[in-house]
Amino acid sequence: MPVPRMYKTEGVILRQRRLGEADRILCVYTPTFGKMDVKARGVRKTTSRMSGHLQPLTRCMLQLAQGHVSDVVAGCEMLESFQPLRDDLDRLSRALYAAELIDRFVPERTHSFPTYRLLVETLRRLADANDLDQTLRFFEMRLLDQCGFRPELEVCVGCGSRLEAVDNFFAPISGGAICRVCAGGSMGARTLSLNVLKVLRLLQHGSYDDAMRVRTEGSLAREVETHLRSFIVSVLERDVNAAAFIERLRREGVKHAVEA
Amino acid sequence: MNESSPATAAPLVRLIDELYKLPGIGPKSAQRLAYYLLRMPAAEARALASAIVEVKERVTFCSICQNVTEVDPCRICMDGDRDRTIICVVEEPLDILAIERTRGYRGMHHVLHGAISPIDGIGPEDLKVSELLQRLRSGEVQEIILATNPNLEGEATAMYLTRLLRPLGVRITRLARGLPVGGDLEYADDVTLARALEGRQEIES
Repeated sequence: MPVPRMYKTEGVILRQRRLGEADRILCVYTPTFGKMDVKARGVRKTTSRMSGHLQPLTRCMLQLAQGHVSDVVAGCEMLESFQPLRDDLDRLSRALYAAELIDRFVPERTHSFPTYRLLVETLRRLADANDLDQTLRFFEMRLLDQCGFRPELEVCVGCGSRLEAVDNFFAPISGGAICRVCAGGSMGARTLSLNVLKVLRLLQHGSYDDAMRVRTEGSLAREVETHLRSFIVSVLERDVNAAAFIERLRREGVKHAVEA
Repeated sequence: MNESSPATAAPLVRLIDELYKLPGIGPKSAQRLAYYLLRMPAAEARALASAIVEVKERVTFCSICQNVTEVDPCRICMDGDRDRTIICVVEEPLDILAIERTRGYRGMHHVLHGAISPIDGIGPEDLKVSELLQRLRSGEVQEIILATNPNLEGEATAMYLTRLLRPLGVRITRLARGLPVGGDLEYADDVTLARALEGRQEIES
């Protein structure tokens, strides 16, 4: 069915860039039309009635008018501001990381309601959760799953045999866990301890509540993060920009704690 | 951009190519501007060309506040009447003009030349943050006013600087956020309204 000249949709604003004197191009992720760029006119002026409603990481109802190149925002209303994200740099950096992953993984104009729901739920969780990193790991695993890049964690990606309950290896380029015998021939395979494998399986099969019940701190959490990050980088064939900022905040947090 | 066409003179093609590199200029705009410049009186065209060359050769960044200037240190940093205990931190040089227009601020400035945008890969290392820290080492500065834009990138930058500067013991303030003059309450978004309520002030009689 053709889209009418004026239409409404809700969406989460992933990112924005400046255009001309006072306009912005917004990258919006919507449940019905997928990811799309829309033009918001005059929103950089302080007198704009829409600018507050159209900030990145807000869920809003948009009224759009079809344009030649990109559709134009004719009206909008904020539905959810996820306010705690804006008051805490640790929460904000992780929410921006989630938004960047959605932007990188999801192709334009391809709608997926489960992925949209995952993003909204993740933003709500990041606004509220205590363990921000575990919340992000759950998001990463579910996003990979929904986008068709589920890492294999049950059988060896080399020989197909069931993984034994010992330390194995993780080979992002091959698509998941790999047994000790096959690891030698796989490029970039890293040791995958049994505990990390269990956490990764829980993230893949368990509910969010199950994942949050497990205490992953220190080296275990770092190892889970490293494996998932390497898998994501291997799929995207590029680094995730926001990850560097999270890493920097961590480093500086430790430095301040030491100096204090 | 342009394939050499026998219908267009080579210098004109070169001009179109150079104009096309400017932000916000598409191929058609580049052509229109090039033909406008061609029809312009020679004196005006020369004045434009020399202005571009001069701005590249003479304008530099102030070694103290990082604002654009033709003398280093800039006039604001050299002004002995200004309050050196306060630094107003802004994203871009144009923001200094906006603050100076108010005629209500007599402190110093510091230009970051951008804002933190993790999604775009712009981190603190890409901004003039270390230069700001350097200025605080003298111990003269007592207050930092964070005047970054009230959008997500500006807030992220303000939060990062707060985290970085708090251990140094200076007073850190943020420009008030709330309803714009001439705005309608019914169109205000939740975040702006919440900030306006938080920052409400008693009316002095």
